[in-house]
Amino acid sequence: MIAESGHYALVLALALALIQSVVPLIGARLGDAALMNVARSSALAQLLFVGASFTALVMLHVNSDFSVANVYENSHSMKPLLYKITGVWGNHEGSMLLWVSILALFGGLVASFGNNLPLSLRAHVLAVQAWVASAFYLFILMTSNPFLRIASPPIEGRDLNPVLQDIGLAVHPPMLYLGYVGFSISFSFAIASLMEGRIDAAWARWVRPWTLVAWIFLTLGIAMGSYWAYYELGWGGWWFWDPVENASLMPWLAGTALLHSALVMEKRNALKVWTILLSILTFSLSLLGTFLVRSGVITSVHAFATDPTRGVFILLILCLFIGGSLSLFAGRATSLKQGGLFAPISREGALVLNNLLLTVACAVVLFGTLYPLAMEMLADFKMSVGAPFYNLSFAPLFALLLLAVPFGPMLAWKRGDLLGVMQRLLAAGVAGLVVVAIVWAWVRGGSALAPLAIGLGVFVIAGAVTDLVERTGLVRLPFATVLHRARGLPRSAWGTAFAHAGLGVALIGIVCETTWNSEYIATMKPNETAHVAGYDLKLDGLFQRQGPNYREMIAEFKISRDGEAVTVMTPSKRSFTTRGSSTTEAALLTRGASQLYVSLGDATAEGAIAVRIYHKPLVLLIWWGPVLMAFGGVLSLSDRRLRVGAPKPARAKQRLQPAE
Amino acid sequence: MRRMMAAFVALLLLALPAAHAVQPDEIMPDPVKESRARELSRELRCMVCQNQSIDDSDAPLARDLRLLVRERIAAGDSNSQVLDFLVARYGEFVLLKPRFERQTLLLWLLGPVLLIGGGLALWLQIRRRSRSGVDVPAPPLTPDEKARLAALMSDEPKSP
Repeated sequence: MIAESGHYALVLALALALIQSVVPLIGARLGDAALMNVARSSALAQLLFVGASFTALVMLHVNSDFSVANVYENSHSMKPLLYKITGVWGNHEGSMLLWVSILALFGGLVASFGNNLPLSLRAHVLAVQAWVASAFYLFILMTSNPFLRIASPPIEGRDLNPVLQDIGLAVHPPMLYLGYVGFSISFSFAIASLMEGRIDAAWARWVRPWTLVAWIFLTLGIAMGSYWAYYELGWGGWWFWDPVENASLMPWLAGTALLHSALVMEKRNALKVWTILLSILTFSLSLLGTFLVRSGVITSVHAFATDPTRGVFILLILCLFIGGSLSLFAGRATSLKQGGLFAPISREGALVLNNLLLTVACAVVLFGTLYPLAMEMLADFKMSVGAPFYNLSFAPLFALLLLAVPFGPMLAWKRGDLLGVMQRLLAAGVAGLVVVAIVWAWVRGGSALAPLAIGLGVFVIAGAVTDLVERTGLVRLPFATVLHRARGLPRSAWGTAFAHAGLGVALIGIVCETTWNSEYIATMKPNETAHVAGYDLKLDGLFQRQGPNYREMIAEFKISRDGEAVTVMTPSKRSFTTRGSSTTEAALLTRGASQLYVSLGDATAEGAIAVRIYHKPLVLLIWWGPVLMAFGGVLSLSDRRLRVGAPKPARAKQRLQPAE
Repeated sequence: MRRMMAAFVALLLLALPAAHAVQPDEIMPDPVKESRARELSRELRCMVCQNQSIDDSDAPLARDLRLLVRERIAAGDSNSQVLDFLVARYGEFVLLKPRFERQTLLLWLLGPVLLIGGGLALWLQIRRRSRSGVDVPAPPLTPDEKARLAALMSDEPKSP
């Protein structure tokens, strides 16, 4: 009954989405406010029905109703409740349902908080949202229905893939989707403005908070996925340049570019056409990511060819939306007026450079991801593109970008003084160079580039601090005045500084982890001791334990340093009986930002066990960086200018004059 | 005795499991050679895995390849000879860093070309626009506007 209700609710949501796709547009054409307002109510009703559908699937999973195929294939009655719930999106059908639920959520948010939008703009935006939603409802209902029943229900389910039974991966997909799907808002705004043929600075002001929200979630989602891979996959890798990862990185790169170009558009009314294009591209890349992950085309072109229904359907959606929006763009973009002149050396110029570097970086990742597929299909040439390629092609672009980051916020709008900014950044530059020298003298081994990269990271952080120091007048002015100025400083300025500093922090973590990682791989017997990076790890013994739906073998290590006991670490290896597969649960010892990492291989017949021990210096900075960036995003979002959301209706009308 | 040894080895191989990545028993005695092997392993793809290097992968094939790499290194091959050997055997697919050749030209050159081309184009455009001061040539004044302008101009000296 629950399954059928859920299914029916989804069909109703589709019907509502279809109404929402058409009626508001007719209303806008006729200038009929009542018809345009249909968008609002249908968006809210759609959210209600998709929410009901999603809740139904969650209930089916919680109740372990194995008469539903999706539950049977991905759940088990002994699974902990948390993973019964998160298992809902640990599979294809459920994750697509989550995708549309989040899409409906964003639509609902625009509907309820978009009261200050001009009526016809809101009608257009929600109609475009509904096009996307309709396509994906159809996709779910026709190819990936999560509510299908099994004729003769089995007694027990097949359990969720054990590596997914982890809190990190429970939270990762919703975060990532909030990011992916959040970019649909800026896409819809872009299409709406193209259809209306009107765009101005107020447009950027409406779009920016939505883009920022999506960007914050995407940043956190990617970071969380990376940390999950680090501790769960058992060899301490945190980024693999896997196509699935690239699929999330590309919208992030484009979205970051969009945030910056929307800033230029909002403040200076320039780069309009480019901002619109970026909005379209960012969401297109999100769609591409969904296609790459969900169609199975990545695993192999042949796997895709053997069961092409889903892949072809998403490919169709992809072509329809990307092709359609780009043609609309090509047709209408020239009618948008360019405004806001600026010299090459200026804040705008710096943001253009940011956009150039981010877009090229994004194009490199896109090419790296799709090139092997294209070569295999077109030239029958099988090749691989992996981490070593990206290290050579992507890293230099990002190094250039980071070098430019501290300059951006310090340059004046319209016409900047590069020499002056260089003088103001002198202290930051010196700090960077000093760190380079210290690192060079102090550590041994590793690439010669490593100290330089760390110096770059320090320069970026120091540059962000310098900007704040200058704006608050710290050092120059009395403390009370500084405090007053700090309070008066727009939150977005704080946000910029935090986000930029986060980049530097992440860079330092990445360089330290990859360069000075120490590793020890051996087969150990109980009472043997391993020595890694100043720590002594004594294997005390091996134990077996029964978990809720797995058995685990635990190794107990006594950790000491310079003869002093530090702690006990218990890495384990879990065998899940239902799926016959196992996971490694690494044990982590955190000291500051560095971690000692112990994971287990298999036991041998003689009672010994294969052990991998790593010491990863400053590894946590890799994820603190993105957390700082997201925090910067939140600060910026709380800026009064954005919190008000958009100008008041009266002012809005005034601003909506076509930009001259 | 030899048969017992063989049985023992077989048992060992069976017990040796698909645990992750480099196994203790694979490691070469010479640390310099071992680090070369690790370096090469990171550039070689485990062909049955999804985009994993043989250094990361726990598939049996990856283990075979790791041992093969070490065998070649032990036999005195240089790094590029080892790579050539593997490419001859398994094709370009095995390389995670594609070689710079005709088929991969576009892949390798895309980044630099876009960056330099895009940078130049943007620089020229921004400079031209900011020099000229106007992006769109202003439409000529209508007769009405001309008359008003003339009136204003002639008024100007009178105004304080």
